Amino acid sequence: MSELTPGFADPVLGAQSCFRAILEAMSRPGRLQRVAGIDQPPAPLGVAAAATMLTLADADTPVWTDAGRAAEDWLRFHAGCPLVASPAEAAFLLATGRMPALATLAQGSEEEPHRSATLIVEVRTLAETVGWKLTGPGIETEHRLQVAGLPADFLRQWAANRRGFPRGVDVVLTAGPWLAALPRTTRIEEA
Amino acid sequence: MAYVAVKGGERAIDAAHAWLAEARRGDATLPELSLEQIEQQLGLAVDRVMAEGACYDRGLAALAVKQARGDLIEAAFLLRAYRTTLPRFGASLPMDTGAMRLRRRISATYKDLPGGQVLGPTFDYTHRLLDFALAAGGTPPPAPQATPDGEATPRVTGILAQEGLMAPEAPSETEPPDLTREPLSFPAERPLRLQALARGDEGFLLAMGYSTQRGYGNAHPFVGEIRMGEVAVEIAPPELGFPIEIGEITVTECQMVNQFAGSKTEPPQFTRGYGLVFGHGERKAMAMSLVDRALRARELGEEVDAPAQSEEFVLYHCDNVEATGFVEHLKLPHYVDFQSELEKVREMRATVFREAAE
Amino acid sequence: MGILARADGAAIAARLDAAPPLPAATRLRGPETGLVMARGRQGGDGAPFNLGEMTVTRCSVRDAEGRVGHAYVAGRDQRQAELAARLDAALQDPVRRPALLEAVIEPLAAAQAERAAAMAARAAATKVQFFTMQTMR
Repeated sequence: MSELTPGFADPVLGAQSCFRAILEAMSRPGRLQRVAGIDQPPAPLGVAAAATMLTLADADTPVWTDAGRAAEDWLRFHAGCPLVASPAEAAFLLATGRMPALATLAQGSEEEPHRSATLIVEVRTLAETVGWKLTGPGIETEHRLQVAGLPADFLRQWAANRRGFPRGVDVVLTAGPWLAALPRTTRIEEA
Repeated sequence: MAYVAVKGGERAIDAAHAWLAEARRGDATLPELSLEQIEQQLGLAVDRVMAEGACYDRGLAALAVKQARGDLIEAAFLLRAYRTTLPRFGASLPMDTGAMRLRRRISATYKDLPGGQVLGPTFDYTHRLLDFALAAGGTPPPAPQATPDGEATPRVTGILAQEGLMAPEAPSETEPPDLTREPLSFPAERPLRLQALARGDEGFLLAMGYSTQRGYGNAHPFVGEIRMGEVAVEIAPPELGFPIEIGEITVTECQMVNQFAGSKTEPPQFTRGYGLVFGHGERKAMAMSLVDRALRARELGEEVDAPAQSEEFVLYHCDNVEATGFVEHLKLPHYVDFQSELEKVREMRATVFREAAE
Repeated sequence: MGILARADGAAIAARLDAAPPLPAATRLRGPETGLVMARGRQGGDGAPFNLGEMTVTRCSVRDAEGRVGHAYVAGRDQRQAELAARLDAALQDPVRRPALLEAVIEPLAAAQAERAAAMAARAAATKVQFFTMQTMR
């Protein structure tokens, strides 16, 4: 408890600008957004992962994370979110190690596809001029995104995730202060 | 229902709002009401706004009363709107009204109940004659004080329960439903009904409660106990892991005792209707307890034939913010709807006249 | 904590003037105002139900010596919440605790007890004395 650090320096403006960044990232899949407003995120979270959690999670959203005790205490304290042990029960998941398989997460229903999980993954690096070719809603021709730190079978999992539309998981990738989003509608091809 | 966008009234609306502000202030040569004055001297209006606004904050309720020019339903609406801007930190532990610091406590069923009858600051026994001395103003002499005898004040329902004459409440720590988070659905269980009634309109509940006394619902109620005073509120924040007191609030509680003829599984006994409201709101707490008891008809195996026994009727219509929204929306432009009605009526009239002429 | 929750910010500040200074503190969270859902029990002693919300202000601080203090207080007084959190941290220090209890907490508790006693005395004066109690039952 005594290792606790502050959340957003300005809670209202911090959450608003981070929400805007997530909205931009979801509307333009693969484009990087830079997030600020948190001086000392708890290890091992980067600024973007920490800010995303404080912006999206609250007392009504069960959260799963593998980020360890310090991050759990910090999330419980600042976001007020309940933490759950089973990935399938979570509305938001924050993975810093090996991410849970997409198929094991809440997929929503045909009637209520919005009741699916959003997975936030802290990866090693993100770059937007090279790598995967992304197409789909929000992308005029194609966007490029290079990600280091996802499981080797991620693209296979992602293709399966897309087939369940309108059900399916949305993903936010974070690396330090950067984030990019992969909404369930985005097609990804290997470069 | 259809609405058409109507533009062009902006200047008129601005002028109307400016006039509203001026009318709210009234004669500017008179001193302006402060929030402290409203809180202190119109305290029961403030209490009613907190109860129906479902948000306990005397200062905010006083501001709402001032802004609404004393229109208490409008004030409750303002308070409900404000609360939506605040984050929810959590829920309190269930308050222990048995440990209330009493300002008032009366029973109509036992004259000599342990702890006694404490009248408190009540309108009862006043003659309801206008007091022109108040028009002149002035500070009243201080109220008399006496040494409290320290006698315990157990609940009347507890006394009846000891003899087995009162149906006990099943002990439970079930997480209650919350109609501010999930829309009302039926059948509504008692915790959900109580939440709806606690924020319901006093006038509506009064009329519904009255109807049960007049034969629509077959009630024969007695006030087991009314108590009003201060109760401590505790929460258990996750970062602390133990409960802490965050302050005290004023509440009014009413236990209405009703005869129950018994059923296949239950012997004849008394059952209770329960009322609990923010602030000093005795009429509301009593009306709420009558309606709560009436709404238990289904659960107790009684016939359900009166309006006050119908969950849907009572719960869908007791909220004055919803009710005023739907009634007052009729003021909004319905030009297109009405145009089609107009055409239909003209056509029907033409048909009638044509047939009459043939 | 209950005593600080019932005292307003100005009263706490006035008491702190007469006390040894509190250590400097940084804000971990708040002061921020939100809501707590106040719960009652059906029939007074049965299953919980949601009565309605109340405004609550909370604050958490860490003082220069690393002690973390938390406060939740009814109402919207941010000064009260922050001072209560700083006092919560300082009261964990066995060296500071006795002086703070004496200068701040005890006087506030005494003033609150006095107000409660005055209210109880007024209530006692309105207690009905039935002289025929024994025969009327």
